[in-house]
Amino acid sequence: MATTGNILFSGVGGQGILLASEVTAYALLSAGYDAKKSEVHGMAQRGGSVTAQLRYGKKVYSPLIEPGKADILISFELMETARYLPYLHSESRVIVNTQQIKPPAVANGQLAYPVNALDAIRDQKIDVVTVDAFDIAREAGEVKAANIVMVGAMSTFLPMDVSVYEEIINTRIPERFRAVNLKAFAAGRKITG
Amino acid sequence: MTKNNDSLWMSGNEAIAFAAYEAGVKVASGYPGTPSTEILENLSKYDGVYTEWAPNEKVGLEVCIGASFAGVRTLATMKHVGVNVAADPLFTASYTGGRGGLVVISADDPEMHSSQNEQDNRNYAFAAKLPMLEPSDPLEAKELLKKAFDLSEEMDTPVLFRITTRIAHVKGVVSKGEMKSSSATCGIEKMPAKFVMLPGNARMRRGVVEKRMEKLREIAETDTFNVVEKGDTKCGFITSGVSYLYVKEAFPDAAVLKLGMCWPLPENKIKKFAASVDELYVVEELDPFLEHHIKAMGVVCHGKDCIPAQGELNTSIVRTSIDPNSAPDLFAPAELPMRPPNMCAGCPHRGVFYNLSRKKDIFVSGDIGCYTLGFLPPLSAMDSCVCMGASVTIAHGMAKALGEKGKGKIVSVIGDSTFIHSGINGLINSVYNESNSLLIILDNRTTAMTGQQNNPASGCNIKGEAANALNLEKLCKVIGVKHVEVVNPHNIEECKSAINKGLELDEMSVVISRAPCVLLPEMKKAEHIPYLTTIENCSGCTACIKLGCPAISWTPLTPEEAEAKGYKKKQKGYAVINGVQCNGCGQCAVLCKFEAINRKGE
Repeated sequence: MATTGNILFSGVGGQGILLASEVTAYALLSAGYDAKKSEVHGMAQRGGSVTAQLRYGKKVYSPLIEPGKADILISFELMETARYLPYLHSESRVIVNTQQIKPPAVANGQLAYPVNALDAIRDQKIDVVTVDAFDIAREAGEVKAANIVMVGAMSTFLPMDVSVYEEIINTRIPERFRAVNLKAFAAGRKITG
Repeated sequence: MTKNNDSLWMSGNEAIAFAAYEAGVKVASGYPGTPSTEILENLSKYDGVYTEWAPNEKVGLEVCIGASFAGVRTLATMKHVGVNVAADPLFTASYTGGRGGLVVISADDPEMHSSQNEQDNRNYAFAAKLPMLEPSDPLEAKELLKKAFDLSEEMDTPVLFRITTRIAHVKGVVSKGEMKSSSATCGIEKMPAKFVMLPGNARMRRGVVEKRMEKLREIAETDTFNVVEKGDTKCGFITSGVSYLYVKEAFPDAAVLKLGMCWPLPENKIKKFAASVDELYVVEELDPFLEHHIKAMGVVCHGKDCIPAQGELNTSIVRTSIDPNSAPDLFAPAELPMRPPNMCAGCPHRGVFYNLSRKKDIFVSGDIGCYTLGFLPPLSAMDSCVCMGASVTIAHGMAKALGEKGKGKIVSVIGDSTFIHSGINGLINSVYNESNSLLIILDNRTTAMTGQQNNPASGCNIKGEAANALNLEKLCKVIGVKHVEVVNPHNIEECKSAINKGLELDEMSVVISRAPCVLLPEMKKAEHIPYLTTIENCSGCTACIKLGCPAISWTPLTPEEAEAKGYKKKQKGYAVINGVQCNGCGQCAVLCKFEAINRKGE
């Protein structure tokens, strides 16, 4: 319990990063950790790069993760992963949704999408797990549940039992989305489990 | 948001709303502004509290001053630049005081995550002679806000309560507390010597303010607002707000004087603490506010000689500023295309900015809102943006300065909420003083940038209940604008001719571009029939790409690839619409001359 952990969520505004970080935070709180989470609102949410920073431990002061101190980077979009390389250390665990969302300069043809964006991370000998969360969510019945697929895939990196997450999904997510999110979580967890 | 019965997981803004409810606040008013917006949004959900969106922060604060005069606890919320708008009543409310507790939230935005400047509003506490409290996290925000109301009533003063983005939008564990109530009695109580600020009375109150500051300085010395945390005295820290958290992480064993009240300062406590440590560091974000006042006490300290005065701090910055040898080896950042925010797919503003982007010799005077994103390429159709309401006034100033040279070339754009906030006065001036510019009111029926808050033109109040809807076209007419035209911005041609007509007139004219924001709940629920691309018809002309719509993307082709796809060899690529992202606005379909864009099923 003395350990402090730092989880950096990254992606594009509108991908459900806030809900994913909320479910993870509730799971950590249920396990008895103190936690703080920093979110981005306002201007940054209109399709721009977005992060949520979640820190947990016996007692958490700062809401911000220091560069070089993210233990887990969970990225909801392929190229957004490498943007946070300076936050990683050699033991960091990286989990990536392989979905690609073109930024404006790529969408209008000025620049190319960096398809080998994960190489920059792998070059540092950091292990990267890729997840086709969009496809898995579609199979589970709702593409919008891709965020919970990602939480499921990350859950094996954290000490909480599956039941903790299931209870959070059952109590915090509107009833009509529960079944699909439980399915999405389980499918995500299978990838790393 | 319950974790267990007593612990709750809340953002700073949610915690402040909860604390205001527990403190017995009866009236709250404010204008949306990141990072303050969620305070009133959340407070409006509690029973027994009257909440409202005011048209601007000056109005909001004055409403709260009235509530205080009537003897109830009251909360005014605004972002840092909103305090500039509310500064007029704020400085004189310092003289009047009130009856019920009055707390004014200033939500500052170091690093300018969603703001046009990063002014440090602690300076207002000094200038307006008001106490200012400053929490470090959601838990402390909740406890400190309740104390702020007690302090306001005990000392007969408005209390400034400063938070920053990393308190407002940080979630943490908070706990429930006791319900409190005002020490004042609600009712009409005439106190003219205190409430009527004519010079004679104001001079009397000026003396009262000084005496109050003396008492507040005593409170600062003795109250638990300001706490010494014992520790290693080799290096001691004076800090407040979120900076305290960074100090605790960077130097966990050091002695710290944490200031929960950052104005007025406890001089004796500071001097005693300074004498107890070998080297003193003042750690604060933005201005050297504490540092200057501490140095004025004759205390030797480090401050902005090592800690940056621009942008946010964090643990790493605090540690390496003081101990440069502790800088860690970090992986170098990968080179990636930037991903700035963009107007949404189907955003009505795009139709206006597309038309403005086609006119290369005009000057577009912009304003504060989502539509400020019209500045970004490929539209690049905004030439200035200063503050709320400044679009129409800056356009008028330019038109007057340019004379004949500016005729038909000056356009201002402003959102519906921003127009009501502080654009109306500017339009009155433009008509009164015979401007010849064009004002486009981008009426998307909501305050969009801050998260779709209702405003006086929406037809709903803060709770979503039906309310009077201000008629913008009638208002413009009454102001004296002769030519007022309402257009649907999704209709590119109609929008274009309205802009041209407005520019041709040698008088102040108004075009109201009206279509709802796609993020409004009713628009999200509505069925959208997307437009799709018939790729084989695409000629690669890029007309649709010039809209900068996030649902349309360009696939480049080599001459060989172009030929293989059946295109002419010289075709550089083709455009594709993402049907999931498309909101079916149809702006692109009109621009396509090759029948490559059609509504699904047509």
